[in-house]
Amino acid sequence: MTTESPSAAGAAAIPAAPTAKRRDSLLWLLNARLAIGLSLVSIFIVGSIVLPFFAPADPSLQATYLKNMPMSWEHLLGTNAIGQDIFWFLVFAIRNSLILGVLVGVGVTIISTAVGLSAGYIGGNYERVVMLVVDSFITIPLLPILIILGAVIRGNSSFLTVGLIIVVFGWAWGARTIRSMALSLREREFINMARFSGANTFNILTREIFPYVSAYMVVGFINTILFAVNTEATLAVIGLSKVEVPTLGSIIFWALNYNALFTGNYPWLVAPIVASILLFLGLFLTSTGFNAAFANKRGVA
Amino acid sequence: MGVLQYVAKRVGLYFAVLFIGLTITFLLPRLMPANPIDGYIGQIQARASGALTADDIIQLRANLEQLYGLKGDLFSQYLSYLERVVLHFDFGPSFTYYPQPVSQMIFNALPWTLGLLLISTFIAWLLGNMVGLVAGYFHTKKAATILEVVGILLYPIPYYILAVSVILLLAYIFPIFPLSPTFPVGQMTPQKFGMVIYNSLLPALTLVLAGFGWNILSMKALAVATTEEPYVTYARLKGASNWTRMVRYVFRNAMLPQVTALALSLGTVFNGALLTEMLFSYPGVGLIMRTAASGGDYNVLYGAIAISIIAVATAGLVIDLIYPLLDPRIRHK
Repeated sequence: MTTESPSAAGAAAIPAAPTAKRRDSLLWLLNARLAIGLSLVSIFIVGSIVLPFFAPADPSLQATYLKNMPMSWEHLLGTNAIGQDIFWFLVFAIRNSLILGVLVGVGVTIISTAVGLSAGYIGGNYERVVMLVVDSFITIPLLPILIILGAVIRGNSSFLTVGLIIVVFGWAWGARTIRSMALSLREREFINMARFSGANTFNILTREIFPYVSAYMVVGFINTILFAVNTEATLAVIGLSKVEVPTLGSIIFWALNYNALFTGNYPWLVAPIVASILLFLGLFLTSTGFNAAFANKRGVA
Repeated sequence: MGVLQYVAKRVGLYFAVLFIGLTITFLLPRLMPANPIDGYIGQIQARASGALTADDIIQLRANLEQLYGLKGDLFSQYLSYLERVVLHFDFGPSFTYYPQPVSQMIFNALPWTLGLLLISTFIAWLLGNMVGLVAGYFHTKKAATILEVVGILLYPIPYYILAVSVILLLAYIFPIFPLSPTFPVGQMTPQKFGMVIYNSLLPALTLVLAGFGWNILSMKALAVATTEEPYVTYARLKGASNWTRMVRYVFRNAMLPQVTALALSLGTVFNGALLTEMLFSYPGVGLIMRTAASGGDYNVLYGAIAISIIAVATAGLVIDLIYPLLDPRIRHK
């Protein structure tokens, strides 16, 4: 799927300057989607930060426990066919996936904002060349490239290398959206005002345009987390990421590899599916909810 | 004039995408710390159980570099690469299935991938847009919200989760479909054809579900905005029925951005198709890639990615060239 949510396209229309100060109250943030989304995401974030401190053992070590034990109080989700506790493996998987997502999100947001803002504002031949590259990056299917990279650097890649590769190939969607926002801002009165007052390009970009784009950046950032977690998990499921590191993908990789379904070990496969769906739903609702809240605030639905 | 300009611009982008894509495919293996030739020599050495002497290895290396186009400096390698790929569609031989040419392997698999992909994308686009249209047109009614919730629940779920859940539900808990699908080879007979359809249903369902959610949400947002347009109100005052307004006024206009979005998202849809093929052992380009990746068959990998880029770019071009037929504003400019 695309990295930007459909409603994020609506953010491209820039409203008139907000008259009221934003700080008065945070009540404008309230809407059902955002509330549900934020609660889901906070549960995952708090859980994955706090719980690992209580882990009885490193969950990625094999043969720590007896194999294929059923669910019990001692092993909430039972143990898997390589003697790991499924619950603790899942906790670490969510934590690692989120860390990767946030790191990639930061990288992608910086690159796409810089590229999108400069292309939209400077325009001319620079914009044409940049947009050609952006459109090419959007068109080129990412998975085959990741598969090759995965195959070539397998063994001597680290978990972070995977993240770096996702950054390199993941910035184009955001850049495209931000550029279209900058494009419509370029023609605004207050930008001309700033220019005639002697502000240089860099100042206009950072002081006048950036505040408008920053709301979309939050949305883009959350969408990128979703995209990064997904992409890494996709690679892991087919065994081309660092599968020894617990992530939402590698847990499914191991479950499929050890035929969890045939051996009747449901929790091994069902638990990561349910956790992933809840996490992705939470992130998605947060990003669209925030987008809607901000659009309301500015008076454009 | 408008159409000509539009087509020229679009074809220009097409060649730019191909050029950038092929250049990336060329540069990737050469930027990697690991050299495929070393990998091959290692494999051959292992098969000969270490019987190769140093001289043999040097000769072998020279032969392999010749065979895989790694001779000379980077620029002349690049020129000969472009010449081979663009003019002769030649990606060299496969390593695992030597001397079968890579292009032939991929061309055998491509119809499978395209068949699955085109049919499921078309169904997902059509169904998703119809549901989204109804949800958007009647957005003031409670029942329409339920349709949107379906989209919200489906959209963020990634392909691999959908694929595994579909297997879990429809092949394991309710064993309607086979757990490990088999695809017949050789001459097609009606019976074999039926088997192919039956075994393709699960991967197709995965792809349809994945595309469905996005289309609902996007179409709903567009339909809500279009429904507010003055010309729709005018049609209502004129006495046009709900159906006419929904289909002829709202859908005709809201469809256009959806066509563009389809062209732009083809790369992502293609990624999903490759992954789905791998998880369902469906004999398309995705499966070839997976086998090649685990067997270290780099020529096949590079060939598969080059053809993927060409296929996705060409499909995007075709959609964008159909676009003026749907949008009169470009035709009559």
